Amino acid sequence: MILKPRLEDLKIIGFYLGKVILGLAFTMIIPILTGLLFGEFNPALDFLIGIETSVLLGLILLKVCHTEKDLNWMQGMIVVSLSWVVAMFLGAIPLYLSGHWKSFLDACFDAMSGFATTGLTLAQDLDHLSYTHNLWRHLIMFLGGQGIIVIVLSFFVRGFSGAFKMYVGEARDEKILPNVVHTSRFIWSVSFIYLVLGTIALGITGIFNGMKPLNSFFHGACIFMTAFDTGGFSPQSQSILYYHSITYEVITIIIMVLGALNFKLHYHLWMGNRKEIFRNIETSTLFVTIIATFSIVAVGLVQIGSYPSAVMLFRKGFYQLISGHTGTGFQTVYPQQFLADWNNLALVGLIMAMSLGGAVCSTTGAIKMLRIGIIFKAFKEDLKKIIMPERALVVEKFHHIKDVFVEDKLVRSALIITLAYIILYLLGALVGMFYGHPFLNALFESTSAAANVGLSCGITNIAMPAGLKVTYIIQMWAGRLEFMSVFTILGFLIAVIKGK
Amino acid sequence: MKNSYKLSLIILLLILIGYPGSPVFSQGISSTELIKGAKEYDTKIITYTGEAIGDVMIRGEFAWVNINDGENALGVWVSASLAKEIEFTGSYKTRGDSLEVTGIFNRACLEHGGDLDIHAQKLRKITPGREINRGLQPDKKNLSLILFGVLFLIWILTLFRHK
Repeated sequence: MILKPRLEDLKIIGFYLGKVILGLAFTMIIPILTGLLFGEFNPALDFLIGIETSVLLGLILLKVCHTEKDLNWMQGMIVVSLSWVVAMFLGAIPLYLSGHWKSFLDACFDAMSGFATTGLTLAQDLDHLSYTHNLWRHLIMFLGGQGIIVIVLSFFVRGFSGAFKMYVGEARDEKILPNVVHTSRFIWSVSFIYLVLGTIALGITGIFNGMKPLNSFFHGACIFMTAFDTGGFSPQSQSILYYHSITYEVITIIIMVLGALNFKLHYHLWMGNRKEIFRNIETSTLFVTIIATFSIVAVGLVQIGSYPSAVMLFRKGFYQLISGHTGTGFQTVYPQQFLADWNNLALVGLIMAMSLGGAVCSTTGAIKMLRIGIIFKAFKEDLKKIIMPERALVVEKFHHIKDVFVEDKLVRSALIITLAYIILYLLGALVGMFYGHPFLNALFESTSAAANVGLSCGITNIAMPAGLKVTYIIQMWAGRLEFMSVFTILGFLIAVIKGK
Repeated sequence: MKNSYKLSLIILLLILIGYPGSPVFSQGISSTELIKGAKEYDTKIITYTGEAIGDVMIRGEFAWVNINDGENALGVWVSASLAKEIEFTGSYKTRGDSLEVTGIFNRACLEHGGDLDIHAQKLRKITPGREINRGLQPDKKNLSLILFGVLFLIWILTLFRHK
């Protein structure tokens, strides 16, 4: 028998959702200060309206749903799930008010794309967007990459037992430190240190490339935020092609790869345990899948002869591949060039890379390396069982911070999430085909949305049907949260309707 | 005699049309047409018009200028002396100079790592850019004041409730 949720459940969910909204509202202070600094008063007003609306909603929820009770697992998952939807609506307000998005739906699309670190955009006339709004686009990627709940846990919560339930709901099931609040703060410390280093590196490169110092460091900070958080937004409409610089490409590749690594691995590297990078199953799997998928892309590009020299082929092919594999979405080719200059084989290689993603507990989306590694190990174990004598005891293990045995429970969990992602990629492709796009193009865009990548072959544009926009928004949301919170909210809705 | 004259005229025309780098596409072409039909326009001389945006990035004797025609922005490799004529580039506060570029279009430029770009031979300013005066929008100002008032009211109500 399904139990109908009680009013108390709704109150607890509402109360903690209110807390998250207030936490998010305060992040809008950063663009307001930027607006005032650059003398962009209308954009600053857009964010003032955004912050006021958010605080109003947050306060109403805190007052109406006031409770002293802590979250249980179901409530924690629902709070996380709803937080991302509410963040999308609230984050879209200042974007829509700027006039650079045709409709509120388009602004919501970009807000979800930002928070979920996807990078697909429906912005119009991006090259005339204010510093204020541009900073917000990149900041929401930085915030979303660490996790909305991580922000709240890091800065706005002193610690409550329900924190871990919310932390897990945000697709982060690994604790780096014993306490989740400390773990969240560690994630932020790492990100801030890299932010400073990355901004300096990109800023100086920009100046050497001939950019004005202010623009150079502003772009540096923006590009760092979206590269490290494997997001893919960029301040200009041409993405990384704007800079016409191989140095910029190399630095962004390094930052993208750093963003695709597990924060737990970062912790061990920072603690001086450098061997971990070579022993860890995630890094070795990432290395193998990069080589494998790049080989497919390279063969495809050689077949079609798009790039006359090997250096050019490597520069274009490898950049898009790393950008896709890490789930970033920076491009050094125009979206239409994927269809004109890349053949099906090269596109399939890129789709495969996009569908795999980076490490768990990183800022990437998609299936992720740990799961791929575990599935591979399970296959290896089963093969050994067939080959070896019946009496032989076959035990397979892998190294992920510590040595772990490949147990059925682990394999089952990895396979379920992998299957869920594949279904999500295919469902999006079906919707794309329904709107008249060829299978491969539809699969490319769908995988890019669901795996939170952001590479586009041109389907994502302002004229795209509303149904497809909504589909991609749902894909970005479900893909970022890795299904568990999404399944919980669906279960909750069923319980509301059918429960007794 | 007349026939041989006609024949030589035709041959001359054919040579002129087929001559590499001749202005085959002197009519303005949009960025979308160039990107989608890149193979057709590759290494041909084209004319492209749009607004200079972002930074003019000087690289030695040359410079990169990104020009947006309203559909996409394309990178234009131009001599630094020509680039100096650009006074305004498009941003939030400025409308960039509107430029007409005539040059060689590259689908995958050999000199620039396979970038799709234009190597400019001529650059002409069609319309000069300008600063955009953006006054404070009254509707936004009013909305923010109303919301502030509501928030203030809630705060007062909370104070009363506590008492």
